[in-house]
Amino acid sequence: MLIITCPHCGPRPELEFRYGGEAHIARPADPSTLTDEEWGAFLYQRANPRGLHAERWRHVAGCGRFFNALRDTQSDFFAATYPAGTPRPDTDASGVKESGR
Amino acid sequence: MADLSASRASAVASHVAAAPKVAVADLGALPPRTRFVFRGREAAITAAGPAFGVALPREACRFAEAGDRRVLWLGPDEWLLTAPEGAGAAIVADLAAALAGLPHSLVDVSHRSLGIAVSGAMAARVINNGCPLDLGLEAFPVGMATRTVFGKAEIVLVRTAEMRFEIDVWRSFADYVWRFLEEARREFA
Repeated sequence: MLIITCPHCGPRPELEFRYGGEAHIARPADPSTLTDEEWGAFLYQRANPRGLHAERWRHVAGCGRFFNALRDTQSDFFAATYPAGTPRPDTDASGVKESGR
Repeated sequence: MADLSASRASAVASHVAAAPKVAVADLGALPPRTRFVFRGREAAITAAGPAFGVALPREACRFAEAGDRRVLWLGPDEWLLTAPEGAGAAIVADLAAALAGLPHSLVDVSHRSLGIAVSGAMAARVINNGCPLDLGLEAFPVGMATRTVFGKAEIVLVRTAEMRFEIDVWRSFADYVWRFLEEARREFA
């Protein structure tokens, strides 16, 4: 079973987690000044990369907290997990294999 | 408000009466407890400990006990406080006095869940039938408590001794969890 490291609880089985979409999407400070296109982009347009992807996960059957994870969308490898509200860690694809979980 | 305590009956009482005796994997229902979910920030967390009688553990996935009261860490700002049945009113009064003016939440969830004890040499093996956690003593030492999954149900799993676990399960899932455990320990009967 895939093991995901929760920043609060440590390594735990994937069954306890739920996916929460792409991370680091900031809600516009003043939505009323946005055009429909800009608002639509905020709501629906996502990066969908092939490779490392910063995404939100929730340890729903554990501490219940949201956190962020860097996951390789090709290999499903979790390069890093970090608490919500912290910036995306500096990880290039070459350093991922060595960093472990 | 209706007096709910008058209609409180164990959801697994009929299973307990019919449960076969299996020494290496014994199943039992725990007596009803008063349960509160406490959430708060730093100042409230510090003040809640002395008021409840047990300091709130700050280490992840641990529980602390003093006398017949127990506090389980559920999340970075969330704890489950349990005490013998009937202590609820006193706990609410004590915490309200100690936490006056401090933002926090204290919710009585006594009727939400019930306790099941699994004990014996094969207790971890039985629980692992439905729970994917590593229950080895290094990964899950005595004193650890965590929310996790058991089959389709969400449970709070507590290790009170090397060969004894306590499961806190929502009332509506109790029948399912008990039958699952009963099925799992059949190989040791």
